[in-house]
Amino acid sequence: MLHIINKSPFMNSALEDCMGYLGSEDIVLLIEDGVYAAAAGTVKSGLIEKLLEQNEVYALQADIKARGLEQLIKKVKITDYEGFVDLIEQHTPQSWL
Amino acid sequence: MNESSEVRNVMVVVRKAPHGTIYVQEALEVMLIVAAYSMNISVVFLDDGVYALKKGQDTSELGSKPFMSAFRALVDWEIEHVYVDRDALKNRGINENELTEIGEDENTGEPVHPQVLSHKEIYKLMQEQHTILSF
Repeated sequence: MLHIINKSPFMNSALEDCMGYLGSEDIVLLIEDGVYAAAAGTVKSGLIEKLLEQNEVYALQADIKARGLEQLIKKVKITDYEGFVDLIEQHTPQSWL
Repeated sequence: MNESSEVRNVMVVVRKAPHGTIYVQEALEVMLIVAAYSMNISVVFLDDGVYALKKGQDTSELGSKPFMSAFRALVDWEIEHVYVDRDALKNRGINENELTEIGEDENTGEPVHPQVLSHKEIYKLMQEQHTILSF
């Protein structure tokens, strides 16, 4: 399954909620304000660091660039819109709106 | 309370991140309108609102309006009292020098920076307002 998060981890619990429903093969994709969770050195960085122990995490490049984020958590994979489409083709998407 | 003829103290509070919703764009429009009425305006960025002032935002790939550039010219609109919450920056790993300047000093040409304040200082400013508009 592909879990899609589009909310900031500072203002919304979607990412934490999703972590309670995560299979070992599942992938997390951060888009829109969800990409703030991929920033390194924040009080919420631990969420993604924990996820990365077992799961792959992707973040959408256009959204990272729009928000001026430079220091990302290592091992977070950056994807473009084509990669986003590939992920959706390969997995069942579940949006945590 | 205050006479209606007095200059009103109006504060715009921004708590949302800049691109996920339209709130910050709306807040910007309201700031410019309030300033145009020569009210005593101050703007405070709290919580995810601090991301609105982060340098290096490039929305070209989103196809949305690059409204953030207006924050670099707030001083031109006589919006000079711009404050940022210190804890919000710290929690997000943002240094003060990663924030955009809000314009140039008209006399010296030096860049004007937003002021970073504590919760207590911001609360004090809130108490001095006639009106607080939240986004």
